[in-house]
Amino acid sequence: MATLLHPLALIGRNTLALLAAIGRVAMFLGATISHMVRPPFYLKELWQAILNVGYFSLPVVGLTAIFTGGALALQIYSGGSRFNAEAVVPQIVAIGMVRELGPVLVGLMIAARVTSSVAAEIATMKVTEQIDALVTLSTHPMKYLTVPRVLAALITVPALVAVGDVIGVMGGFLVATERLGFNPAAYLQNTWNFLETLDIVSSLVKGAAFGFIAALMGCYYGMNSGRGAQGVGRATKLSVVAAAVLILAANFLLTQAFFSV
Amino acid sequence: MIELRNVHKSFGPKDVLRGVDLSVGKGRSMVIIGGSGTGKSVTLKCILGLVTPDQGSITVDGAPVASVRSAKARETFLARFGMLFQGGALFDSLPVWQNVAFRLLRGQLKRPKAEARDIAIEKLRRVGLGAETADLFPAELSGGMQKRVGLARAIAAEPEIIFFDEPTTGLDPIMAGVINELIREIVVEMGATAVTITHDMTSVRAIADDVAMLHAGKIRWTGPVAEMDAASDPYLTQFITGSAEGPIETLR
Ligand SMILES: Nc1ncnc2c1ncn2[C@@H]1O[C@H](COP(=O)(O)OP(=O)(O)OP(=O)(O)O)[C@@H](O)[C@H]1O
Ligand SMILES: [Mg+2]
Repeated sequence: MATLLHPLALIGRNTLALLAAIGRVAMFLGATISHMVRPPFYLKELWQAILNVGYFSLPVVGLTAIFTGGALALQIYSGGSRFNAEAVVPQIVAIGMVRELGPVLVGLMIAARVTSSVAAEIATMKVTEQIDALVTLSTHPMKYLTVPRVLAALITVPALVAVGDVIGVMGGFLVATERLGFNPAAYLQNTWNFLETLDIVSSLVKGAAFGFIAALMGCYYGMNSGRGAQGVGRATKLSVVAAAVLILAANFLLTQAFFSV
Repeated sequence: MIELRNVHKSFGPKDVLRGVDLSVGKGRSMVIIGGSGTGKSVTLKCILGLVTPDQGSITVDGAPVASVRSAKARETFLARFGMLFQGGALFDSLPVWQNVAFRLLRGQLKRPKAEARDIAIEKLRRVGLGAETADLFPAELSGGMQKRVGLARAIAAEPEIIFFDEPTTGLDPIMAGVINELIREIVVEMGATAVTITHDMTSVRAIADDVAMLHAGKIRWTGPVAEMDAASDPYLTQFITGSAEGPIETLR
């Protein structure tokens, strides 16, 4: 009741809670980075994480990108035809995929696929005392669990974004040439000539940032999981929500940084 | 030598430990008994630094546990300990032998893979598991087998101080006997210091040099096992005899 009567107190409390959460994530981030640069390094775990995060994400990235690229081509064609601008399909598909949709969709797919599984795995390890066991076996959980996953995401997600960009453009290409009557050679030529280095660099930088966010959130919520199956469920849910929101926010900031004039 | 002085620990509103005083002599086998939920596991975790006490001091060989802070010092400190967790706490992403040899595959005690595997198989044999279990994953084992793998992991690096949290719970009586004997052997032959939590009075008599009973957040009684039966503490007597009648409330 008291909270209803005191909206200011409620706002104040939530603000404090939010600030405290930001502080905790920042401390976790700092700890992750400091463990990243100090030995021992667990290369076997890193390799395993690279396979999990990168290699096994290829199918879902490919499927997402090809359908999105195709749909994008159809939309631009039908929208563009309203003012006789159908011809810009290759250019806009390229820009849309490379600058925005490629990194964002890959980032969100990684949040769905990797953040959730990392959070659930680490949270389960926490509730079954495996994290405590790691500590008693003189192995730092941040080094053994967090660092390999975050590094793997940092390395592989830009590569996944590159793959997504190419497949997305190919999706647009297929639709444009098979359904909309574009000339294949001219389509590719237009795409290639239009894209600038900055478009590609921004795409890869976004990929690295989103991968980092996705893995970090999975590890953070996993490590801070509550007790029992409910704790694991809650950690998993929160990790995916936080990763998705932060990825979209970071996307806005990065787009602003790269392209605002 | 492990010394706990006035150790307090609460989780939220729940006061679990309310001034625990306990000393475990070097090379002795201490058994902690006490009702379910009285904080026996929490006590062991406090000593290892997995749980930070709210108040009080814990020292190992005179050095306060709280002062072991740097990564290097912690590794050296923890290298002296082995711990069997109540739930086993096996790493389910690793096969059994890599669980057992975890410490021998990385860090200060690292050695060649083949040698680590041989040691793992030897330790598995000591807890009554054949070499064929070595390549299974923890999820493929029964509860009692998991417990024994956890035990093998705790003793694999031959630590000086070993904590066993309910080593025989969930085992058949014969296997429980084997494990009791193993713990006794580790203390007598290897000169290790052991702290065991158990609810099984047969185990207490087989393993213990000293017994401590935890009740209501404090050590209610402690002394040599031989004096346990003659002790006049009604709480201890009720616990040993397993009687429903007595000062210990059965609703908790
Ligand atoms: N991390 C934690 N967070 C909150 N409460 C905890 C935590 N760890 C232990 N507790 C609580 O502390 C109390 C003591 O737990 P502990 O596991 O030490 O009991 P125990 O004496 O080992 O019991 P059992 O014989 O059943 O294993 C319990 O009430 C438990 O709920
Ligand atoms: Mg316990």
